[in-house]
Amino acid sequence: MAEKLLEIKELKQHFNVGKPNEVKAVDGISFDIYRGETLGLVGESGCGKSTTGRSIIRLYDATSGDVFYEGENVHGKKSKKDLKKFNRKMQMIFQDPYASLNPRMKVMDIIAEGIDIHGLAKNAADRKKMVFDLLETVGLNKEHANRYPHEFSGGQRQRLGIARALAVEPDFIIADEPISALDVSIQAQVVNLLKELQEEKGLTYLFIAHDLSMVKYISDRIGVMYFGKMVELAPAEDLYNNPMHPYTQSLLSAIPLPDPNYERNRVRKSYDPAIHNYTEKDDVKMREITPGHFVQCSESEFQSLKASAAVK
Amino acid sequence: MEKILQVKDLELSFNTFGGEVKAIRGVNFDLYKGETLAIVGESGSGKSVTTKSIMRLLPDHSAEFKNGEILFGGRDLTKLSDKEMQKIRGKDISMIFQDPMTSLNPTMPIGRQITEPLLKHQKIGKEEAKKVAIDLLRLVGMPKPELRMKQYPHQFSGGQRQRIVIAIALACNPQILIADEPTTALDVTIQAQILELMKDLQKKIDTSIIFITHDLGVVANVADRVAVMYGGKIVEIGTVDEIFYNPQHPYTWGLLSSMPSLDTEEAKLYAIPGTPPDLLDPPKGDAFALRSEYALQIDMEQNPPFFKVSDTHSAATWLLHPDAPQVDPPATVIERMKKFPGSRYYEGGAI
Repeated sequence: MAEKLLEIKELKQHFNVGKPNEVKAVDGISFDIYRGETLGLVGESGCGKSTTGRSIIRLYDATSGDVFYEGENVHGKKSKKDLKKFNRKMQMIFQDPYASLNPRMKVMDIIAEGIDIHGLAKNAADRKKMVFDLLETVGLNKEHANRYPHEFSGGQRQRLGIARALAVEPDFIIADEPISALDVSIQAQVVNLLKELQEEKGLTYLFIAHDLSMVKYISDRIGVMYFGKMVELAPAEDLYNNPMHPYTQSLLSAIPLPDPNYERNRVRKSYDPAIHNYTEKDDVKMREITPGHFVQCSESEFQSLKASAAVK
Repeated sequence: MEKILQVKDLELSFNTFGGEVKAIRGVNFDLYKGETLAIVGESGSGKSVTTKSIMRLLPDHSAEFKNGEILFGGRDLTKLSDKEMQKIRGKDISMIFQDPMTSLNPTMPIGRQITEPLLKHQKIGKEEAKKVAIDLLRLVGMPKPELRMKQYPHQFSGGQRQRIVIAIALACNPQILIADEPTTALDVTIQAQILELMKDLQKKIDTSIIFITHDLGVVANVADRVAVMYGGKIVEIGTVDEIFYNPQHPYTWGLLSSMPSLDTEEAKLYAIPGTPPDLLDPPKGDAFALRSEYALQIDMEQNPPFFKVSDTHSAATWLLHPDAPQVDPPATVIERMKKFPGSRYYEGGAI
């Protein structure tokens, strides 16, 4: 596969460290993101998928572990100049387009904020032109530049959020549930836009969501998280056709599909972490079962998964 | 089948500073005993307003019934006084809201919140109400109900809170339960549990459910019949199989095609272009015409009436008029129609 853009190694993000209410939101996860791909991250609320995204982009200081971007450590000590460079390459699109745009700023200034900080525009006319181009890129037009966020619908606001992220010409975008707050018909518009932009600009996405059918549609590979750990990571097709970890199986069996006949016959599996019967001696970690398909398992589970994969 | 609720020609407007917002523009449907009717549509289509008007939960000073009636037990709910309505609300018709975090009172133990409708509507004492409440909690699958009665909402998880809300709604064995996006705020695994719970309870107490959602997967799971709303009107209504396997209205086609199924592989998702209509100034003809590639000239001028597809299925689109040209729906919809006996794409075999 292509070159690694991002390497996440044993990333841990704990909150309230040392206090009785310590939360291990992300508890040691490792994965790579390749240039030009979309990696989907799914799991139920509270499993740490958003925290993972936020730690990668340094919205939180990681408790331990490293994030390498093109070989450089994101969490290491940085001069202001270095930080700026990173910030320009990595951008984020947030879940709630109502809360992520400043209601007192005009669209022109919201989108140009990044351009100003990084000094990308030569003069005022250049700045204006860049904003107009960005608006066009996301399917809005230049008349929108003089309006305030409240004058836009949810789908349009999410387009503004995307335009703002694109303003500094990033390589890598973390999209944290970018479509969860939108209506079904609008979701498809935004997802199509994200896909078009990826092809046009060669972007790399980390796509965080709980809507599994959308994630499958947009992602090349998908990681499944459960209680701060990644339990399975596989190419999208493979994960859906052949889920190996019992939690992934339970998650997939819970998705209702718009097909009444399928729904009448769907059998839901439930997941109880106790079934693993892990002891302290078991070395539970991510192991590669088939090429590119990783599952968190113990040595004995690894052998049996490998055996059953060979049969298929 | 016995009709338990009839909504006839309902029109309702909100008076705002911007003018009159025609939120519901002539809605007709019946609800039968023991069935689940799902109402789907995007935000602003009027699905929540329709059910809130059945419950009379809309503010009197801005919401105004313009026309039509809501018949329940021989009475027109739109004409009842507040006092009379209070006797129905929570007893004969009750409601589950979207967000269990905000629909429970954070300052009251949940036991008191469950016994409240019992004490209000039924002539029973405190001790007995408590017993009923514990039984209800057990019914909705809450472990150790005796202990949990004294706890406050913040001590429960989202799924548990929604179970409590369901327990409150079911306390007086209502004839109609209105569920307004009851699972939208929940995770898929919890959602599956709540849906199973609701279906189970429906079998036990034989209540009718109106289920509002925009998730078509959930609709396929729970509904017996489906009404699709757009721009303050119902545009198509039929059994769940008819809507999913033989849809007739271009808006229903759009909805069904814009959701990727788990085996969608096309490079691009079908997206309905544009945005929903402005109900301050609703379009003259078919409200969906401006976003529809299937719109005919007449759609711009005249509102389509309902055309019957079968005894249980009708759709408001001029495409069903005998003089209309025959058009092919989007490919994903044709795939669905191939499974439906009676559609013109039917390829044999059962669904």
